[in-house]
Amino acid sequence: MWNRIYALFVARNLEFVRDRSALAWSVLLPILIIFVFAYAFTEDNPEKFKVGLLPGSEPATAAATFVDTRYIRFIEFDEAPGNLHKVERHQVDLLFDPATNRYWINQTSPNGYIVEKLLVAAYADSGESLQKILVEGDEIRYIDWVIPGVIAMNIMWGALFGIGYVIVRYRKFGVLKRLSATPVTAVEFLCAQILSRLWLMVAVNVVIFIGMDLFVDFRMHGSYLDLLLVFTLGSINLICCGLVVAARISSEEVANGVLNLFSWPMMFLSGVWFSLEGAHPWMQKFALLLPLTHVTDAAREVMIDGAGIVEVSDHMLVLGISSVILLFIGARIFQWE
Amino acid sequence: MPVILQVSNLVKRFGPLTAVDDVSFEIHESSCFGLLGPNGAGKTTTIEMMEGIKLPDTGEILYQGAELGQQFRNEAGIMFQTTALQEFITVREIMVQFSRFYPHTTSIDELADRYELHEFLNQDTRKLSGGQKQRLLLAMALINKPRILFLDEPTTGLDPQSRRNLWKQVQEVKERGATILLTTHYMEEAYELCDEIAIMDHGRIIAHDAPDALLAAHFDDVVVQIHAADIPSEVGEREFDAIYRNGNAHIVTGDVNKTVERLLHLNIPLDRLRIRARDLEDLFLELTGKELRA
Repeated sequence: MWNRIYALFVARNLEFVRDRSALAWSVLLPILIIFVFAYAFTEDNPEKFKVGLLPGSEPATAAATFVDTRYIRFIEFDEAPGNLHKVERHQVDLLFDPATNRYWINQTSPNGYIVEKLLVAAYADSGESLQKILVEGDEIRYIDWVIPGVIAMNIMWGALFGIGYVIVRYRKFGVLKRLSATPVTAVEFLCAQILSRLWLMVAVNVVIFIGMDLFVDFRMHGSYLDLLLVFTLGSINLICCGLVVAARISSEEVANGVLNLFSWPMMFLSGVWFSLEGAHPWMQKFALLLPLTHVTDAAREVMIDGAGIVEVSDHMLVLGISSVILLFIGARIFQWE
Repeated sequence: MPVILQVSNLVKRFGPLTAVDDVSFEIHESSCFGLLGPNGAGKTTTIEMMEGIKLPDTGEILYQGAELGQQFRNEAGIMFQTTALQEFITVREIMVQFSRFYPHTTSIDELADRYELHEFLNQDTRKLSGGQKQRLLLAMALINKPRILFLDEPTTGLDPQSRRNLWKQVQEVKERGATILLTTHYMEEAYELCDEIAIMDHGRIIAHDAPDALLAAHFDDVVVQIHAADIPSEVGEREFDAIYRNGNAHIVTGDVNKTVERLLHLNIPLDRLRIRARDLEDLFLELTGKELRA
């Protein structure tokens, strides 16, 4: 069995490495995207001010005046403690509790400074007093925030198209049919494809990570091993998604459509490019169904917050369980022809 | 010789079409069995069910008395009608890959010697000519020292010389004791290679025996063949009930002298006359009313 898996593994690796254009594209694309997004859009964030708003009774006059301020995006939070890190990381400029007239602010945030001035002005003639609570933390630049997402996105493209498209092409041109006439079983074939794709994707993304680290100074507070585990499990999960898509399709056009149907919602609803903070609750819930959301969030927690594997275990659990389910489905419905 | 593969009451339907309709036969060890028929007769579907690639709707296929399983996979060599090879890998690499699939194998160098693969052993599989690819596919089918070899139209699309070379190689495989199941629509190929043939049409076997036995059972006459330009069709059809095909008038007769006398009487030039025994192509025409290469 292992001999057969090894034979398929080697052949697929050779195919991938010798297909120079595909190899170059899989390395260059994410680097290009990071440079474009990191430098072209960092200074042009349309949402200038964001204020977190805690729930409570109908705000008093002064608080209501502040909440009515235009050009500030008010985002409703359910409680303060779990959201303070957003103030610390400059993800929101200020957190305001109208019920108790308390607010949390990071004094190193320039936007926070301006929003605080507006809040104080709203309360100036009301006779009510505000309670200021300071929090500390470094600002997260857009590039720090976007890099985990871009690597996760690169893994998604590589997994879905790298595995899905290849298997569909194998099936369309009869390569699978020829393999089905040998002692190779479907499980052996799928294992070889997963292993081959997995190590190639991990290797390519390690190269991308190291390459970018040389040229771009981005935040990496967590353990490299934890990050490797997150991306490896994320890769397995997305490869299994690709396997399910490719289990029966024999037309490249149909495969292309289905893979795009999977990948584009993930691209925009998994928080790769922009935070889903403040998005409609159903969209936030839907995002939790997408594996890319969990890969991106776990990678961000490791890289930005220095979280360990235990702290991202919720994401890892979702990715692990869904990988097993997807692999089982993929193997069950797989057809050689 | 013992039966190595037994097919019983095989049926395969694709929607309303019954591609294989209650087919049964046996293949004896170390023989070459030919499955003949025009395109769409059901021979590829039949062979693919015997290879374990397709599942029959009903019926049974037994290899050495047991259902097709791991032993069959290890001992069967298969060459499909068309096969795409993985890209960006060389001939040697693909042979190494296939040799790792099986417990017992022939060495790659031995196969390369036997099927003249050395000249392109390190070449990308995408850059092979038709003849080179067929030789490689045959070598791949033989890499596991098969006891039974399936060849589905192995010479389709090859030039006459490559076709003859492949026949020679298949003969050598047969001489080494392997059982061969061959599908073809080339009658000459079937006659040259097969010990036994089954003719299929519309998913059914309409004749089954050794080629000479089939011909002897159906024909006791010969064919007088004249170039079509030498005998106008109205004369040929009226006087001799001739059949016109492939640029010739074919006159079937049990009395050659009488036919030649009649032709001379009608002033038909006999310079390009040829007398031949009835062949499998005639047999197929007789049985189905269709030309085999339709």
